[in-house]
Order: sequence, then C-alpha cells, then structure tokens
Amino acid sequence: MSEQQHASAKHHITGFVLSLLLTFAALFLALNTPLSVGLKLTVIIVLAVFQMLVQLVYFMHVTEGSKIYQIISFSYGIFVAVCVVAGSIWLMLLNGMSMY
Amino acid sequence: MGLFNFKMPEHFIIMNNPLIIGAWISIILVSVGIVFFVTKYKKWGYLWREWFTTVDHKKIGVMYILAALLMLFRGGFDAILMRTQLALPDLKVLDAQHYNEIFTTHGTVMILFMAMPFIIGLMNVAVPLQIGARDVAFPVLNAASFWLFFVGAMIFNISFVVGGSPDAGWTNYVPLAGSDLTPGVGINYYLWGLQIAGIGTLATGVNFFVTILKMRAPGMTLLRMPMFTWSTLITSIIIIFAFPVLTVTLAMLTFDRLFGAHFFTIDAGGMPMMWANLFWIWGHPEVYIVILPAFGIFSDVISTFARKRLFGYNAMVISMVAISGLSFIVWVHHFFTMGNGPWINSVFSITTMAIAIPTGVKVFNWLFTMYKGRIETPAPMLWSLAFIPNFLIGGVTGVMLASAPADYQYHNSYFLVSHFHYVLIGGTVFGCLAGMYYWWPKIFDFKINERISKWAFWLFVVGFNLCFVPMYLVGLQGMPRRVYTYGEHMGWTTWNFVETIGAYLMGVGFMLIVWAIIYSILHEKRDRSGDPWNGRTLEWAISSPPPHYNFSRMPSRVTSADPFWDAKKRGETMFDENEPLKPIHMPNNDGMPIVLSGFMFIAGFGFVFEWLLIGFIGLLGVIGSMIWRSFKDYDADHYVQVDEIERDQAELKAALEGRS
Amino acid sequence: MASSSVPKGTPNFPEYQTEEGRLKIFGFWVFLAAEVVLFSTLFATYLVLADRTAGGPTGKELFEVKDFMIETMLLLTSSFTCGLAVLEMRKGNKKGVFIWMIATLAMGLGFLGMEISEFVAYVHEGATLQTSAFLSGFFVLVGTHGAHVTLGVVWISLVLTQVAKRGLTPMTCRKLFIGGLYWHFLDVVWIFIFTAVYLTGLI
Ligand code: HEM
Ligand SMILES: [Cu+2]
Repeated sequence: MSEQQHASAKHHITGFVLSLLLTFAALFLALNTPLSVGLKLTVIIVLAVFQMLVQLVYFMHVTEGSKIYQIISFSYGIFVAVCVVAGSIWLMLLNGMSMY
Repeated sequence: MGLFNFKMPEHFIIMNNPLIIGAWISIILVSVGIVFFVTKYKKWGYLWREWFTTVDHKKIGVMYILAALLMLFRGGFDAILMRTQLALPDLKVLDAQHYNEIFTTHGTVMILFMAMPFIIGLMNVAVPLQIGARDVAFPVLNAASFWLFFVGAMIFNISFVVGGSPDAGWTNYVPLAGSDLTPGVGINYYLWGLQIAGIGTLATGVNFFVTILKMRAPGMTLLRMPMFTWSTLITSIIIIFAFPVLTVTLAMLTFDRLFGAHFFTIDAGGMPMMWANLFWIWGHPEVYIVILPAFGIFSDVISTFARKRLFGYNAMVISMVAISGLSFIVWVHHFFTMGNGPWINSVFSITTMAIAIPTGVKVFNWLFTMYKGRIETPAPMLWSLAFIPNFLIGGVTGVMLASAPADYQYHNSYFLVSHFHYVLIGGTVFGCLAGMYYWWPKIFDFKINERISKWAFWLFVVGFNLCFVPMYLVGLQGMPRRVYTYGEHMGWTTWNFVETIGAYLMGVGFMLIVWAIIYSILHEKRDRSGDPWNGRTLEWAISSPPPHYNFSRMPSRVTSADPFWDAKKRGETMFDENEPLKPIHMPNNDGMPIVLSGFMFIAGFGFVFEWLLIGFIGLLGVIGSMIWRSFKDYDADHYVQVDEIERDQAELKAALEGRS
Repeated sequence: MASSSVPKGTPNFPEYQTEEGRLKIFGFWVFLAAEVVLFSTLFATYLVLADRTAGGPTGKELFEVKDFMIETMLLLTSSFTCGLAVLEMRKGNKKGVFIWMIATLAMGLGFLGMEISEFVAYVHEGATLQTSAFLSGFFVLVGTHGAHVTLGVVWISLVLTQVAKRGLTPMTCRKLFIGGLYWHFLDVVWIFIFTAVYLTGLI
C-alpha cells in the first residue's frame, strides 16, 4: 500500500505544477518561436499527451483499483482514437496528395 | 427552427397503401387485444413486477430474444416483399419509393434490431451462468439497456405508419440522406431509432466487460472461461470502442438536418465522404460484434455434441483478440470505389485479407473438435454443422471482395449482397438459432420440439442456398443491388425467380420454428434437472430454470475450461454441499429503466418530428429519472434469506422426484 | 452479487470498500475509455473540416489567446482542487471535501461563463453553427465538452447534497470519487481542445 501513501497533497501539487509547465510550454512554442509548422504541431501534441499522463497518474489514480484492466481499457480507447483521427485525416485530407 | 414550432409533416398518418392499412389494422387489433386480455386477467401487476421492472438478467435475456424474434418477423416480411417484387421482370407489387423504404428498413431492422438484441439476449441468458455469477455487474443498467433498445426499435418501427419510413439504405449515405435531398421525418426516424438503441448497446458492452472480468467464480481463470464467454468479452470490447463513433456520427447528421450545420452537406464546406468514413469505422466492427458471439456459440455447441474438449482453445482466444484489434483497421474496404489513392486501397486490402486469417483458423478448430468425436445432431448442433460450409462461402467471397481492384467489379452488385447474407445468415442467424435451441432448456424447463425443428431447419437451409447462390451469379452478370425492378432483356429472370422461391422456403422455415416453440410450450416434456444435453460448463450444473439468484452456493470446483464435464467424470457436483447456505445479496427490482426509456421515447419522437419543445421535455425527463434514481440508490438491494433458498431447494427436489 | 470480503490488493480507501464500489469505479473507467473514442470522433471531424471555412471567419480571426488561456487555467486549477477534495475525502474530512469541491464547481461555472460569452461573441461576429463546416465542427466539439462540464457541475452538486445528508460513507465516497474521475477526464479533453483547436488554429 506504499503507493497510496504517496497520494498526498505534495503529490497533487507536483501534478499541478507539471500541468501548468506543460501548458505554458505549449503556448510559448506555438506562438512565440520560429519553428516550422510541422514541428510545432508535433511538439504540442507530444506535450498534450504528457499532460494527459500527468492527469491520469497524479489526479485520477489510474494505478489504483483494477489497475491493469483500467490501464488496458484506457489504452485500447487511445488506440482506437488514434485510428479514428489518423485514419480520417489520412483518408480525407492527405488523399489528394497521393498519386491521384 | 424555433422551440415552439410544431409543423406537421405532409402525411402524419400514412394510409396510402393497402399494406400500410393492413399494418394499421393489425397494430390496432393486437394492441387492443393485449390490453383487453391483460386487463381481463388482471395481469398488469404481474407484468410490472415480474417483467417491466425486473433486473434479472435471465428475464431481460428472454425479453431481448422475444423482441428479436418479432423483429426477425418484421425484417423477414420486408424481405419477402422485396423478393416478390423481384420475382419476375417489371412487376408492380412495390413502386420505386416503397421499395427504397423496404430495403432500408429491412437492413436496419435485421442488423440493429434483430441480430444485436438476439445476441445480447443470449449473452444475458448464458454468460452470468457460465461464469458462476449471480447477476451482471450493473443490473439496473442492464434493464435500462434493454428498454432503450426497445424504445429505439419502437421508434424505428412506427415510421412505417406514422410520418413515413427512412429510404436511404441502412448505410444512410449523404448527401442523399441530407435534408436537401430527403426532407421529411423518415431519416430522422433512422437517426433517433439507432441513437437510442445504440446508447443501450454501449451500456451493455460496459456491463458485460466488467461482469466477465470481475465476477467469475473462484478458480475460473481467464483461460478457463467457456468460449461463448470469451467471445462476449471480446464483443464487449468492440462495442465499447465502436459505438461511440456511431453516437457521434448520428448526432452530427442530426445537427445537419435539424439545426442547419454543415458536417455532411455539399455546400458551405461540408464533406459527404466523411459520413461513409465514420459510418464504416463503426460499421465494420459492428459486423464483428454480430459474428463473434455466434462463433462462441458454435464452439460451445460443437464441443458439447462432439463430446470433446474444444480443439485449439488458445488459438481460438488469440484469434479473437487479434480480430478485436484488426476489426478497427479495415473499414475502408466498404468504400474502395470512392476515389481513394492507391496507397490507401492497398493498405486496407491487406488488413482486410489479414483479418480473414484468424477467422479461418477457427474453422479448422471446429473441424478438429469434431474429428473422431461421437457426434450427436440435435437442433443446436444441426445449425452449427450447417454454419461451417455456409460461412465458408461467405468468407471466401469476402476475401474476393477484399481485393480492391476486383471490388471495382463486385461493388454494389448482388455479389456483395450475397456475401454479406452468407456471413450474416449463415453465421449470425444460424448462431442465434443454435444458441436459442441450446439454452432454451436452461431458461425454461423443456426443449424445443426436435421433429418440427428438423423440418424447419432443412427448409430454411435449403431455401437459404436456393435464394443466395443465384445472387452471386446474377451479381456477376451485373445486376446491381437496390434496384426495384429489371427488364426481361437483362437475362436475370430465371435466377431471380429461383431466389424468390428460396426466400419463400426460408419464410416457411421461420414459421415452423415459431410453431415448434408454440407446440413445445404446450406439449413438450418438462424436465427441471438442468442438464438436458449432458453439458460441459457451469450453466448446466444448476436447475432449469435456475432460481433468480442462480447459484445457492458458489461453484467451488472450477479446475478446467469444462468444469462441469470434468466434475461429472470425477463423480462430483460443482458445489461443496457441506458449506452452509448463506444469505444472498441481490438487487431490488427497479422502475427507473422503463420510466427513463419512456421519456427517451418522448424525446426521440419529438426530435423526429423536429418538435424541439417536446424533444427537450423528454430529455429533461431522462435526466430527472437519473437524478431520482441517484437519490434512492441507497436502498436498492436486499438479502435472500436462507429459509427462502431452502424452500426453493425443497420444491425443486419434490419436482424432480415427482417426475421419476 | 458476490461476497463482501475485500480482495487482496484493494486500496484501503472508503470508495473501494464495497464490491459495488469496486465494480462501479472500474465500470466508470471503461466508460471513460469509451468517451475517449467519442471525443476522438469529434476531433477527427473537426480536424478534417478545419480548413473548410467557406468564406466565413477562420480560427485565426476568432480565437483570443487571453480568453482561452483563462479558460484553460480555470479548468487546470479546478482539476487540482478536485484532486485535493478527493484527498480530504480519503482522510474522512467532510469539511475539506466541501471547501475544495465547491471551489472546483465555482471554477467550473467560471469556465462555463467564459465559454458561453465566447460563443455569444462569435455569433455576433457572424460565426454560427450554420456558417461553415469548420464552425459546425468547432461548435459541436467544444460544445460537447461544455455540455459535459455542465453535466459534471450538476452531478457533483447533487452528490454533495447527498454527502451533506449522509456523511462520508463508502457509497457517497464512491460517488464523489467517480465524479472526480469525470472532472479530471474533462480536463484531459480540454487539453486536447486547447492543443488541437486553439493552438493549432493560431499556428
Ligand atoms: C472473412 C472475413 C470477411 C471479409 C474478408 C469481408 C470482406 C468484405 C468486403 C471487402 C466488403 C465490401 C464489399 C463492397 O462493398 O463491394 C464486405 C461487405 C459486407 N460485409 Fe464482409 N467480410 C468478411 C466477413 C464479414 C462478416 C463476418 C460479416 C457479418 C456478420 C460481414 C458483413 C458484411 C456486410 C453487412 C457488408 C456490406 C454492407 C453494405 O455495403 O451494405 N462480413 N465484406
Ligand atoms: Cu467490413
């Protein structure tokens, strides 16, 4: 049960600070740097994924309860979500860029 | 589009056709008849207590199956009408518009309101018993799932007589289904019927997923679960992740039609292709949702009647897990011809062919299970045996369609129609019937009559092949799907006529199944001992019908995937009889699900007619019912006391002795 | 329903003490996984339609950095206070639960207020659901999130009245915990809206 003791106020504050850092980093990168559009998009998406992990671990206690099953279900949801989003963009937007 | 706009559609009450007038008359007669007899015999209280408010998974399962049979009748009637119209060239049984409506409702009813509830009904009946649970994880939610499905089906079906049926195909493609090209209420019926039923289905998925993972009897590890339970687990996963896509897609088209949004319109940047894309992201997983449980049923039935352990249990599990993932990455094969680039079509051709591999593996497993078995052929086994060759035909033609360049030839022809009927009828329908025959003497204390059922079986299977083999042929000759008639000079007449004969034979087969059920209710021998097939899994270790708490003691000797069979061989039962009986914790009946669903009906009906005020009132009622339920959540269960359990046991004993 | 004995490895917190609690918490996780797919469909549609402005206003013209940053801060902070409320719940401190949860709800209401005024402003600029495919996608994606937040506020308030009446029992704790899960999840969704809609729209 040691894991649970960690779920203290300090733990939550860490999560909060991390989420603020990630948010402002994304904002800064997107609006105030000269990076290319593609790179910016990649980086802010990665930051958003980290932000999600912060919420899941620090606030939602995904590692408690039916830990393994919870993680598997959520990951499966993300797998399908990626298929839906990436698949739709590929089919609907990038289609015109292929040979015909 | 104001809140208080109550515009009337052109024809509110549809009366323009003898068929519809006939439907009106029968609806009125049947309703009046039901109300009259229920009132006369004072059964309202009984119905309310024992059925409308029940949270017992077995009763919910029975209601699902009953509804599914009714819908099979409705969808079958549509099919007979279509086949009659097409029997000969240039017939005038149905006009073009009416034909469009009928193939639309046929397809939608068969997949969403027949196959789905039939399968979910069988899951309800069998899965908790197979895993040794006393109920599902969320019994009240389970009841809500049923009533939501029921309301969805009602909304969809009344379109026939009130306001007009949908007519854009079960795939409901835009722009045809948009409000510019198809104004009126028909498409709205489609959207709301599916939406409401779909929410119920999603809840079922969550429910069974949790039930199977968290409520198995001691000793039943994941790899000792009966194959039907495994298939239900995998199906639940697919439901959980596919149905939200349907929910959103339907909602977006609703926004287009009711509130002038531009998701799928041709103007203002809307994107009609996006509908096809999203529809099939849900739609392909959906076809696996209706086939996997059938695979599970065949596995259990075949190993029971071959008297052998299922061959290749692990391979079966692995292939189902593989299918659950693959089924989300093949959807494009439904629109190869929509102008995708070569990369896209190639990738999805390959994934589609890949999904045929795990499916093929299973066929070998069933064959090897039967190899050297002592095979018996009662009705459930007959349907399972018929399944293998028929499904094979459907699967092989599926692989033919999976090749994108070839699909340019087959697409939207009768070849395709025949493919999906071979998998849906030869797979899903045969599976549902096998399951119904198999578990019937578990839900009730009698079997369905064998003699009549054999007749029904042969008529149906022969009729099925007579109907659908020629469809492959006329498909290859170029006959497109969804045409309401054809000319003599096309040269399709003979085969079409044969198809119609086949369809009628199937109709007779179905009527005989119904007759077999009625006959058996009246005449079949009663047997409460609970193991009529010499079964292998836990559900056969308890009496038929089981007490409402299923297990008076928890099964405690699960040591393999065929626990009951092995226990019988060891000369044991599944239970430790020395263990003292304990009070059993059970959920109370609950009126919330049916009330909530009633409000959902009001909401759905309001939105179908674009009477927003009524729609929102219905939705408020739905939310209100949930809040009400949340506050009385605190006393939602009770204990079944030991003396009641003992009384049940004594009564069962007396019944069994009286028999011998 | 199964035995009342608590299986090994169960967290020693009130919400996990009953079989019902454990099942419902797990079930809710599964539901959230389904919600991931639900929102992903809306995101997919929005992203596909984002450039189809049909001559109407674009994201660049509409989005205000200050506004959506304040919205983001409100939700992030409310997620934090909601976490603290659950922490207090586990300590059995009813007063703490109320303080932090009410703070959470207040920020949720603040967020909703801002979002509604944002929508109203857009409509006044001639950017409505009917204007273009882009805006249909925008309003329905962001609006669905907003509707979820509204539901969350109503729901958690109702659970709080139950806590006020019954105290922190395993049952009310389970409801609070699930309400909290929902709230954090909406924050996760918002992060993706922040990224995929607002930031991407301005790049
Ligand atoms: C062996 C595995 C399977 C393969 C390779 C396969 C392949 C295909 C392909 C490529 C199509 C699209 C053809 C076209 O539109 O031109 C299709 C359509 C269809 N399949 Fe399958 N399939 C398989 C199994 C199943 C199963 C198990 C079911 C249902 C239980 C099913 C039901 C359907 C339906 C309903 C359609 C047509 C829907 C429509 O356009 O209205 N298929 N299949
Ligand atoms: Cu498919």
